[in-house]
Amino acid sequence: MKCAALATVPLVLAGCTGPLSTLTPSGPIAQDIAWLWWALLAGAALLALMVFVLVALGFGRPREVAEGRWVFGMGVWFSLAVLTVTLAGALWVGERILPHGPALEVHAHARQWSWTFTHPGATGPTESEGVLHIPAGQPVDVLITSSDVIHSFWVPQLGGKMDAIPGRQNRLRIEASRPGTYEGLCAEFCGLEHASMRFEVIAHDPAAWPPLPTMEGSRP
Amino acid sequence: MSPPDMTAIPANPPRRALPLHRELDRVWRNGPGLWGQVTSVSHTTLGLRFMATAFVFFGIGGLLSMLIRAQLATPNSAFLDTALYNQIFTMHGSIMMFLFAIPMLEGLAMYLLPKMLGTRDLAFPRLSALGYWCYLLGGSILITALLAGVAPADGWFMYTPLSGKTYSPGINADVWLLGVTFVEISALAAAIELMVSILRLRAPGMTLTQMPLFAWYILGTAAMMLAGFPPLILGSVLLEMERAFGWPFFDPERGGDPLLWQHLFWLFGHPEVYIIFLPAAGVLSTVIPVLCRTKIVGYGAIVAAILGMVFLSFGLWVHHMFTVGIPHLALAFFSAASMLVAVPTAVQIFAWIGTMWRGRPELKLPMLYILGFFFTFVMGGLTGVMLAVVPFNWQAHDTAFVTAHLHYVLIGGFVFPMLAGVAWWMPLMSGRRRIKGLGEAAFWLILIGFHGTFFLMHLTGLMGMPRRIPTYADNPEWMGLNLSSSFFGFVMTIGFALFAIDLILQAGFGKRSVRDPWQAPSLDWAMALPPPNYNFASLPGVELQQAGAAGAMLKLARGEGFLPGAPRGRREILVTSVGAARPQHVALLPFNTALPLVLALAICAFVLLMLAGFYAVAPVALIPVVGLIWAWARRAVAAVDAAPVEIAPGQFLPVHPEGGATLTQSGLTGLLFANGTFLASLLFGLAFISLVSPGPPRPVWHADGTVLLAAAAVVALLAAGALGARWALARVEAARPAGAVLIGAVIVNLLALAGLAALAFWLPAPTRHAGDAVRAALVAYVGLHIAIATLFSAFALDQARRGELTPASPGALRNWGLWQRYTLAAAALAMAALWAQEAGA
Repeated sequence: MKCAALATVPLVLAGCTGPLSTLTPSGPIAQDIAWLWWALLAGAALLALMVFVLVALGFGRPREVAEGRWVFGMGVWFSLAVLTVTLAGALWVGERILPHGPALEVHAHARQWSWTFTHPGATGPTESEGVLHIPAGQPVDVLITSSDVIHSFWVPQLGGKMDAIPGRQNRLRIEASRPGTYEGLCAEFCGLEHASMRFEVIAHDPAAWPPLPTMEGSRP
Repeated sequence: MSPPDMTAIPANPPRRALPLHRELDRVWRNGPGLWGQVTSVSHTTLGLRFMATAFVFFGIGGLLSMLIRAQLATPNSAFLDTALYNQIFTMHGSIMMFLFAIPMLEGLAMYLLPKMLGTRDLAFPRLSALGYWCYLLGGSILITALLAGVAPADGWFMYTPLSGKTYSPGINADVWLLGVTFVEISALAAAIELMVSILRLRAPGMTLTQMPLFAWYILGTAAMMLAGFPPLILGSVLLEMERAFGWPFFDPERGGDPLLWQHLFWLFGHPEVYIIFLPAAGVLSTVIPVLCRTKIVGYGAIVAAILGMVFLSFGLWVHHMFTVGIPHLALAFFSAASMLVAVPTAVQIFAWIGTMWRGRPELKLPMLYILGFFFTFVMGGLTGVMLAVVPFNWQAHDTAFVTAHLHYVLIGGFVFPMLAGVAWWMPLMSGRRRIKGLGEAAFWLILIGFHGTFFLMHLTGLMGMPRRIPTYADNPEWMGLNLSSSFFGFVMTIGFALFAIDLILQAGFGKRSVRDPWQAPSLDWAMALPPPNYNFASLPGVELQQAGAAGAMLKLARGEGFLPGAPRGRREILVTSVGAARPQHVALLPFNTALPLVLALAICAFVLLMLAGFYAVAPVALIPVVGLIWAWARRAVAAVDAAPVEIAPGQFLPVHPEGGATLTQSGLTGLLFANGTFLASLLFGLAFISLVSPGPPRPVWHADGTVLLAAAAVVALLAAGALGARWALARVEAARPAGAVLIGAVIVNLLALAGLAALAFWLPAPTRHAGDAVRAALVAYVGLHIAIATLFSAFALDQARRGELTPASPGALRNWGLWQRYTLAAAALAMAALWAQEAGA
């Protein structure tokens, strides 16, 4: 079944690509969430169709209705069953993407309106402006904070988003399957230059990790 | 006198309808001309005016959304600069929430409820008028700020620290905090009076379990407003104090916490969604069965669903905060709770569909909007369940997907049902029929425009477009989607404009409508079109309540119901018991007055002084406010002729409740409930700052003996005041003078105020640390309550001096006693919390 679904996905995705699209994931975490989305969409489409058909059938001739069947059968038990399945799926995927177990730690520090990242380098911790360096093929925990207002760290192709809050440090797990450059942005409205608060994530071949301090954006 | 048995009351003899109408109209009608509009306290006039004003603000908010869509139509638009764009999207959200949705539902409920419940007005007509003026003035402040280019620009949920003084130094954020809080006075006023009216003014014999479902929905809404608005008002007050005086509630460097704002805001903000949805669902539950010519499926289940929503909606505010770094068990809990709230929604949806199956739906204009509701709201509900799934939420949060979802829910769940309701009740409100064709065209334009705008916006969000950005030069892949959203946005706007034109044409040029055009079963149609201010010439008993509008109309107009006419020249209504609606007494409602407008203007002066930063002068503006409230209470109608009133042959009711609660007492109870949630939110803030916030710890400060002594003295003095209130009441009821006791009570309250001032003097400066600031806020809260208790006792003393306290009507004594006891409890709780805060440090 998964194969059949996989075959149809590229067709659907043709119009959904782009460097910030959650629908073209580039790592296992974003991939899990994308699958979850397609499952939710399929379920929602079926449910919506069912309700529309029931409404349309309401325009037939008057008939006896069993009140209990509608309000309890459909309203309570049917919806509880659907929600239970949804919640189970949510918890299952949630457990897979939460930061469990060891991972490489990097730091993201937000301010109006730029990002500073710190990652382990060949010569000790390395800071870079607007570019986050990570190794590909392994989980990375981003420790996120802010020095002024609330921002939000988001690399759609590598995982979910997490807020950068002054006075707090949040942890978000991301992972890139392959080396490459991925786009990120600030998702929480943070003032005048919110739209320009973009950054890049460069995932390196594990063989070339940790990168030399001469990499793009770096300063030792 | 025992309350009359409902089934055994004989009917009044029929009279000629026209003289009866003239007699009532003379007493109940508005004054002539513009001044008559200004002084009107009629629920019919004010309900219509609330709705009309809300539509004007809807138009303004809609124009702003068109500016947003024009800006986003192309990737690199220079149509608006970023500063202005930020103001526009902030104002679009704020206007639609606070100046359109809430006032619209208040207006509809105010207009309809007395008519559906079989009474002549709401419980507190002057409060309806005060609410309207606060709404109009507060809304005008916000719109003026927009025109002056100093509108709020931090997004409609005003997250700190962005909305704090450092990052929003101008007056913009203050406009939001003060303006919206000013408008919220009208929401609280409406909530209290709708709740008291539903519980105490139902026609005799209309038990709670038989009242129209719309009343159940509004009862649920009012309860949620009483519990939901106080956290928002508290948050706004705290943030304004931080901005004005530097009390660091939300400043992480001094122990504050930006997340406290988010908790307080969404404690309001999520129930808000259901506050908006429930009245709309009430319209659907009213209109669907009549248009299907059958009875609603599952009345009891729907009532249970309403109550379920009221409770559940307060348990899921955190789902707006899934990305702030919440412990993962809490994520699972709030995710489950957010899904659970879909169950009562599903119960109602399937009850409506079942009703359509049972009957034969007629495809009239309101039914078109109902179908629009089903089509739109079901999708919005389903994307809501998706967003409750935490992993998906982490991708979709703060993107255009959420923008699309919330418009599906709010336009699908509120605007479509409201348009159905307007089309439904327009013959009642205007007395005229609509012009065929125009309404249908407007419907299709709105439906097609809406889905064209927002359906693909889900995809825009999934492709990574965040909310609230003005340009997207680097992302050409979003352009086609945005351009199509903008195009259809304009189609939708044309649809709404056509809808407005249709309304204006109907009101101005439509043919006269016949009475009861829908053959409705409910009392709201059992009257002339458009309805006179008094609604019913006589009030319906059980038989006429169940006779359908057509069956009841003539008999009511001929005075065959209870309390016919206005023979004593007073505005009389029946007050009934909460459960079974047994008649308890006749209440006298106030006449037309400009006092609500003057009071609203006085409050407005205070707000404007605060806004201008004249913090030292602003409290002076509260003196007229206090004076006017005093005059308000003095001018409450006192029965000069206290003789019992004959409501039906041989059936007499007193004009004072004998032992039961007055309407004012019921209203005060509602206010104290809201006040209690305000205090609970403040205590939540104290606990949050002390226990959860990661900031620097509060510098140590050891409370010495003097402080403990002052705290104990304040509580003891307030307890003495409460005993004094009880003692004074006992003396008045025994027809003995109470002046000396009242003088003592005033002195005791003044001493308590002095004690609290001393306590506040010894506390560390509130600017030092958020913990100190919350503590000072708590002390200020108690101080305000003691000051009001002092005024209350002085008011009772004044009444005693004038000889107005009688055993049958002990003036303000009961209400003051209630307030005094609440103040005592609040002070005791606050002092205990302060002690716990010190002990925990």
